[in-house]
Amino acid sequence: MEAIRKHSFSDMGIMLGRSMRHIFRSMDTIITVTITPIAMMLLFVYVFGGAIQTGMDNYVNYLLPGILLIAIASGIAYTAYRLFMDMQSGIFERFHSMPIAHSAALWGHVLTSLVSNAISVVVIILVALVMGFRSAAPIVSWLAVAGILALFTLALTWLAVIAGLSAKSVDGAGAFSYPLIFLPFISSAFVPTESMPPVVRAFADNQPVTSIVEAIRSLLASEPVGNDIWIALAWCVGISIVAYFFAMRVYKRKTA
Amino acid sequence: MHDIAIHVTGLKKSFKTTTVLKGVDLTVRRGEIFALLGANGAGKTTLVKILSTLAKQDSGSAKVHGFDVLDEPERVRQSISLTGQFAAVDEILTGRENLVMIAKLRHLADSRRIVDDLLQRFDLTDAADRRVSTYSGGMRRRLDIAMSLVGKPNIIFLDEPTTGLDPEGRLEVWKMVKELSSTGTTVFLTTQYLEEAEQLADRIAILHEGTIITNGTLAELKKLFPPAKVEYVEKQPTLEDIFLAIIGKKEEK
Repeated sequence: MEAIRKHSFSDMGIMLGRSMRHIFRSMDTIITVTITPIAMMLLFVYVFGGAIQTGMDNYVNYLLPGILLIAIASGIAYTAYRLFMDMQSGIFERFHSMPIAHSAALWGHVLTSLVSNAISVVVIILVALVMGFRSAAPIVSWLAVAGILALFTLALTWLAVIAGLSAKSVDGAGAFSYPLIFLPFISSAFVPTESMPPVVRAFADNQPVTSIVEAIRSLLASEPVGNDIWIALAWCVGISIVAYFFAMRVYKRKTA
Repeated sequence: MHDIAIHVTGLKKSFKTTTVLKGVDLTVRRGEIFALLGANGAGKTTLVKILSTLAKQDSGSAKVHGFDVLDEPERVRQSISLTGQFAAVDEILTGRENLVMIAKLRHLADSRRIVDDLLQRFDLTDAADRRVSTYSGGMRRRLDIAMSLVGKPNIIFLDEPTTGLDPEGRLEVWKMVKELSSTGTTVFLTTQYLEEAEQLADRIAILHEGTIITNGTLAELKKLFPPAKVEYVEKQPTLEDIFLAIIGKKEEK
């Protein structure tokens, strides 16, 4: 057992290397993931944006956090898809019958999800810069934003793991992400929640996306973040823990 | 005990309402080719999964290379290699990358040489740097088996290695299995083709409705049945003979 423990990190690295090759050899997945959020950003900034009163001069600045969350929510559908394909192809069975840490194969997918979503986020921020996004936030704030986005990705990735492991078909593996993609629309991501009818507003104010969006927006605008950041972190960590617990249960059941 | 590779007693396994294995007993000697013969759904794959630590039995015991599959699964995994029913290869990677990945996961020094040797041995050198998605079924199966040989495991499980292959691919796999066995590796293979068991196996067990109904060498099994009668029949070439003859001629040209 000793010898096996020692290797689990390098095993994970090999698994990560494998799935990263998958991503770089199918760059279309990055394009597919980023094109919809970018199109939405263009649509909201240049079509609807003029009619939206946010209290901020620069609508791109207002919009960007929500767009990033949409990109991550659609990016994790590929995590579920890749996992599903591995379960189907029998390559997981090969890994599991080898003397390597059982979790290495799964963690390889989780790390890949973090890296590939980070790439999508960077691509979208670059496009946003071209469209007039500006931030004078110090590096510490940027790191905090990166941290929140990474935690958000991790939380959704564990949900994706549950979906990928328990799906019966390729379509099923990705379908769970649709409601997640819509969550930002019923939040303060595009318009302030004050403009919404009371019931919708109550939902919008208390769902995870609003606090995450508000925290990121304040950090990038160098404004006081208040409680939003703690609520955002609580949501991300909470979802991660619960989803991780269920994901591991499904994983154990599926792989005995 | 030293010449026993796999020892199974009273193995039972059920899924929800169906009992798949109803008390399986079998012994595989070191270095032999053991064929488990059975129809679809007889429980062959379930047995292979238990022996390769992918599933756990409900009761009974199984020892692989001297290690109990429940008590010391890590040691079992160090001694075996599994080639499942569907080629477990990574389509997006090249053949070489697939082999290197397994060599690294087995933490072998000198993985480059080991991989080159295997590519050569399995006639994949020319295709080594192409993505596996461009490979034919036979090439995939060869790569699949090559991946199982990385690190020279003592026992290799081949779950229906020729199902879905064309006649040529099947002959290639047969040749490889024979070579493997000549290097001292124990081969546990499952098949639904009687001919395959007859061609390859030192010993054959027939799994039927969850139990081993017979077990022995081909000669022993033949003794169980009425003696052969001599009949004179005109031997027509089978379609397979014709197919292989034509293909052979084409390749000679």
